[in-house]
Amino acid sequence: MFFTAFSRPARTTFPLTAKDKETVKTFWAKISSNGAAIGADALSRMLVVYPQTKTYFSHWKDLSPGSAPVKKHGATVMSGVADAVAKIDDLTAGLLSLSELHAFTLRVDPSNFKILSHNILVVLAIMFPTDFTPEVHVAMDKFLAAVARALSEKYR
Amino acid sequence: MVKWTDFERATIQDIFSKIDYDVVGPAALSRCLIVYPWTQRYFGGFGNLYNAAAITSNPKVAAHGKVVLAGLEKAVKNMDDIKTTYKELSVLHSEKLQVDPDNFNLLADCLTIVLAGQMGAAFTPEVHAAFQKFLAVVVASLRKQYL
Repeated sequence: MFFTAFSRPARTTFPLTAKDKETVKTFWAKISSNGAAIGADALSRMLVVYPQTKTYFSHWKDLSPGSAPVKKHGATVMSGVADAVAKIDDLTAGLLSLSELHAFTLRVDPSNFKILSHNILVVLAIMFPTDFTPEVHVAMDKFLAAVARALSEKYR
Repeated sequence: MVKWTDFERATIQDIFSKIDYDVVGPAALSRCLIVYPWTQRYFGGFGNLYNAAAITSNPKVAAHGKVVLAGLEKAVKNMDDIKTTYKELSVLHSEKLQVDPDNFNLLADCLTIVLAGQMGAAFTPEVHAAFQKFLAVVVASLRKQYL
């Protein structure tokens, strides 16, 4: 009997097709210079529209939209997303330390990843109405879900 | 009973007075069918839903998108008792159409994204929050008669 060894894609990128990855990378190249602004708006929005998320930021003086801590943290989050785009072929390995951070230090309930992802998509629709087509939307939604899954890897 | 602030009430009325139902309804429904393809299970009789281009140009999808927005308008006109207003719609979706109520959130998210694209910067966090609350009440009312 002959067994052929075959390589299997990493679990968290399995649902991302080659087309999805291409779409994400192309779109990201267009928008990446706005990363900090996207992050700031998405985070501002999340804290207002889903107030339960404020519980993670009780140590900030000012949680209002566009405040200094919100802007700074929005930029931090989006640089994480940028990193994920670069590591799109193996998100589990690429986001390992971020997963450990979220699991052991921050202990953010994973349901919140979905909430923040939705708010990022809303901001993309606002800032890039012609580029954020349904095809780009589905690829980005799948990508952010894969990122969330990778971030949840170390939780238990 | 749901309590609306003056801002929330005014915001919802304002949004619905300004949007083009014939654009927003079809855009939201087609986006939902594209982004969450399993929702196509409810539209077997709609013909070609094979890819994004087919869905976007499908006249039955467009027509149904307008029906959905007309349904939302009922809630806008009866904001103080959406639950009662939607009683029959809830029974319809649960008993006749047999739609999994989790799908209501998917369509709601797509509607939010289409509206955000239309309104641009005017879709501030505060306006977004009011719209999200309105959709949450609509979805809860549609779920109400499911048993």
